[in-house]
Amino acid sequence: MLKRIAIVLAALLALGPAAALAQISDGVIKIGVLNDQSSLYADLAGMGSVVAARMAVEDFGADKKGMKVEIVSADHQNKADVGSSIARQWYDVDKVDVIVDVPNSGVALAVNQITRDKGKALLVSGAATADLTGKACSPNTIHWTYDTWALANGTGNAIVKTGGDTWFFITADYAFGHALERDVEAVVIKNGGKVLGKVRHPLNTADFSSFLLQAQSSKAKIVGLANAGGDTTNSIKQAAEFGIVKGGQSLAGLLVFITDVHGLGLPTAQGLIFTETFYWDLNDKTRAFGKRFAERDKGIHPTMIHAGVYSAVTHYLKAVEALKSDDGTKVIAKMKEMPTDDPLFGKGTVRADGRKIHPAYLVEVKKPSESKAPWDYYKIRATIPADQAFRPLDQGDCPLVKK
Amino acid sequence: MVTASGTAPPVYGTLTVSGRHQVVAFAIMVVLLVAAPFVIYPLFLMKALCFALFACAFNLLIGYVGLLSFGHAVFLGSAGYTSAHAAKAWGWPPELAILGGTVTAGVLGIVIGALAIRSKGIYFANITLALAQMMYFFFLQAKFTGGEDGIQAVPRGVFLGLFDLRGVMTMYFVVLAIFLGGFLLLYRTIHSPFGQVLKAIREHEPRAVSLGYSAERYKLVAFVLSATLSGLAGGTKAIVFQLASLTDVHWTMSGEVVLMTLLGGLGTVFGPVVGAFIVISLENYLAQLGAWVTVVQGVIFVVCVLTFRRGVVGEVARLIRKPL
Amino acid sequence: MTTVFGIPTQALFGQLLIGLINGSFYAMLSLGLSVIFGLLNIINFAHGAQYMMGAFAAYFLLQWAGLGYWWALVIAPIVVGLIGIVIERTMLKRLYALDHLYGLLLTFGLALVIQGLFRNQFGSSGLPFQIPPELTGGRNLGFMILPNYRAWVVVFSLVTCLATWYVIERTKLGAYLRAATENPSLVQAFGVNVPRMITLTYGFGVALAALAGVLAAPIYQVNPLMGADLIIVVFAVVVIGGMGSIAGSIITGFALGIVEGLTKVFYPEASNTVIFVIMALVLLVRPTGLFGRDR
Repeated sequence: MLKRIAIVLAALLALGPAAALAQISDGVIKIGVLNDQSSLYADLAGMGSVVAARMAVEDFGADKKGMKVEIVSADHQNKADVGSSIARQWYDVDKVDVIVDVPNSGVALAVNQITRDKGKALLVSGAATADLTGKACSPNTIHWTYDTWALANGTGNAIVKTGGDTWFFITADYAFGHALERDVEAVVIKNGGKVLGKVRHPLNTADFSSFLLQAQSSKAKIVGLANAGGDTTNSIKQAAEFGIVKGGQSLAGLLVFITDVHGLGLPTAQGLIFTETFYWDLNDKTRAFGKRFAERDKGIHPTMIHAGVYSAVTHYLKAVEALKSDDGTKVIAKMKEMPTDDPLFGKGTVRADGRKIHPAYLVEVKKPSESKAPWDYYKIRATIPADQAFRPLDQGDCPLVKK
Repeated sequence: MVTASGTAPPVYGTLTVSGRHQVVAFAIMVVLLVAAPFVIYPLFLMKALCFALFACAFNLLIGYVGLLSFGHAVFLGSAGYTSAHAAKAWGWPPELAILGGTVTAGVLGIVIGALAIRSKGIYFANITLALAQMMYFFFLQAKFTGGEDGIQAVPRGVFLGLFDLRGVMTMYFVVLAIFLGGFLLLYRTIHSPFGQVLKAIREHEPRAVSLGYSAERYKLVAFVLSATLSGLAGGTKAIVFQLASLTDVHWTMSGEVVLMTLLGGLGTVFGPVVGAFIVISLENYLAQLGAWVTVVQGVIFVVCVLTFRRGVVGEVARLIRKPL
Repeated sequence: MTTVFGIPTQALFGQLLIGLINGSFYAMLSLGLSVIFGLLNIINFAHGAQYMMGAFAAYFLLQWAGLGYWWALVIAPIVVGLIGIVIERTMLKRLYALDHLYGLLLTFGLALVIQGLFRNQFGSSGLPFQIPPELTGGRNLGFMILPNYRAWVVVFSLVTCLATWYVIERTKLGAYLRAATENPSLVQAFGVNVPRMITLTYGFGVALAALAGVLAAPIYQVNPLMGADLIIVVFAVVVIGGMGSIAGSIITGFALGIVEGLTKVFYPEASNTVIFVIMALVLLVRPTGLFGRDR
């Protein structure tokens, strides 16, 4: 009963003249960090993303500007139905204005749809599928840190050009794995290579022996791991057991994070080549962030996903400040209008299809002898300039982009 | 054979006369459910209603026939996938999509029932579990289900050409109507001559057979009815949440419906509804605490089996000395 | 490259070997389940969770006590077996007078509790456990490299299964156990302490599960949910072999592992379901399983 009165009163108030400054819903900007906190993607995103979001809010100086910002977080357990439920509840009941992170492309696609239906905002840092700025692009979503096309373009190109022209894929059997496999295969074929076989495995698989055996018997020069997190580290460890590399084949980790390298250890991970869009040891600004982050997150240094959350939240708050509103669709439009600038990714832009643009880096894992300190893991082999790192605007089939 | 209090049949009156108290209880339930969406988040209520229907359908089998099916999720999930696919890929209106799901579950019920019904007790539980697991892997591989991602963005559509289901309240009352329809159908079944034969079979199968009843055929019909109504719940749920996923065919879902029915009260009319609401509320309330949900569910299982076999409604029924 | 039915022999033998390794786990786990069902008439749904506890015990022994793999093989089953005994004494005992399905429900609930508690504490991706140094490396068999550890798993589980079978089918203790299954009151009248035997049997079955868990730790990663999906497959194995038949479980376990491996080669999409399909077929023809007796 009381709730009904409250709803009626609120409606009356809303009809009244717009408040002078704040059209921020309920006067609070509520940010929801949704990711995997307990399973195979917990290290590369997880609670670290919450830390990154908090740091962004603090560095932005929200308090001093009189903006009230709250952060909530939840574990989607890598399930689309759990993620959808949480997103709905957050938007409908808990008045969350923007959801950030969402690793696991299947969950991201589901939340993408819900966000669009409800006119809120979604800033994806964790998920990989390039479909978020392609077929599934939405005026309410920005895909921030990286995507499967960028990985394929960086890693795939580099490996094929150095002679790895026959491939066998071990793919995580869901949206992300399929997208990554598809994009890398396209690069391989464009460069004259061949795909000798593919095998799909369930998400969060413990035993890769039968898949690795198939890869071995295919005699492909490159075994491409179209998976991430715990799946990738398991594949790499077990590949060593079965003598894949000793037998003359090479492993291509198509999506690897610094936390994976840390878990594997340099002796096992050395020589791996892959693409990232952030490394804490790139320059002074990133180093400063890295040290601050590590202090707040048990010594773990930030992955590119954590950096992406920081960057996205910073730009979001700037847009809300400029617009004086947290209406999802409007803020996303504003974010595309304003160029981005933060200490982690430097200067960049957000395109019409929701794709954030910044440079990418081809990295190689150092040998144990080359590493001078903990987390000193990468050598930068090449920098891919921002205008070449991501899929060209006209190739994505995004309905928002006028042809 | 499994009954609410163990090996001895419950000591209530007969169930042939539907007492006035049951009508009163039904009326209370309807009033509560009609008023609820104005104070409680309707999406949560709809979830509870779908699971309540699922639990009631499951209860027919375990409470009144005495068969523990440990693979009942397959009916919930297969109907969900069918309805979702029909609504999304074939553009069917929601009532036809849900109907399609229900029919799918019914057909699956005939197939699985025919294979399983010859066994009893633990063997029956085992077979249903394994056959359901087989279907799980089929759904995992099949292209149309979308594997781990599930079928997403299922349109809600316009029910019977009249009610636009995108409005939350409209959707709620349609779901409520479906639930009450299924509930009443089950009630009529239990309190009919058919229901009496089922009870006779549960109490002493050889005697029922000696009286000329084909026990297997009766059990099969009950199984298919249970499967079909589980499918109704599953199809409705897919339209409400606009999503069909592997969670609904996984064997842990089969375990959940057992939990709901056990907690509410095996073999009682209202038990499964109460059980479903309690379990869904717990899940919602404890969701922030992550894995504690499974721990609490497990503890409830253990406690119920050891000391609380009649379940909530069963204990209430014992207090008022009337069947509920 | 030679081929058999169009499949290169390398792939074929490789998958068969992997299948044999998987079969070793199926055999050991179904052995424990069979022993428990045979004597207690209880389907121990907590078997998967107890397998997981064995793996975790090995992990803890290494982390906290610095005791390596070889110690874990002995200590972990004892510790988890004791926990099993406590479960039997406090909870399972009360259900013997009731319908056997309540035992299933109780152990199911226990599995949820145990797995939930561990998941809460440790998340659900795996914790690393190294292969013991004595067993690292591999042997080049020509068609594949066979990691030494996996060979060890096959040998060890074969020995354990045979030893258990021998004890139950060929020794006096085993004879008492089997007699108690048929007619507990008569056996008790002869002066044998049947309740204690039942308790110890449950503990033994649980210890077998934990032993399989220790074996699994270096290969499958120590993970709170490692037993959850495995238990259903093991049920199918036990049902196919015949509930209560020890020899049936062992043979079926290894055989089904190999069948699964073969399916992976010829028809990979069906490899998950083939065991259940076989189960459905066996149940249609022989409802008590291949080697089971009617009970």
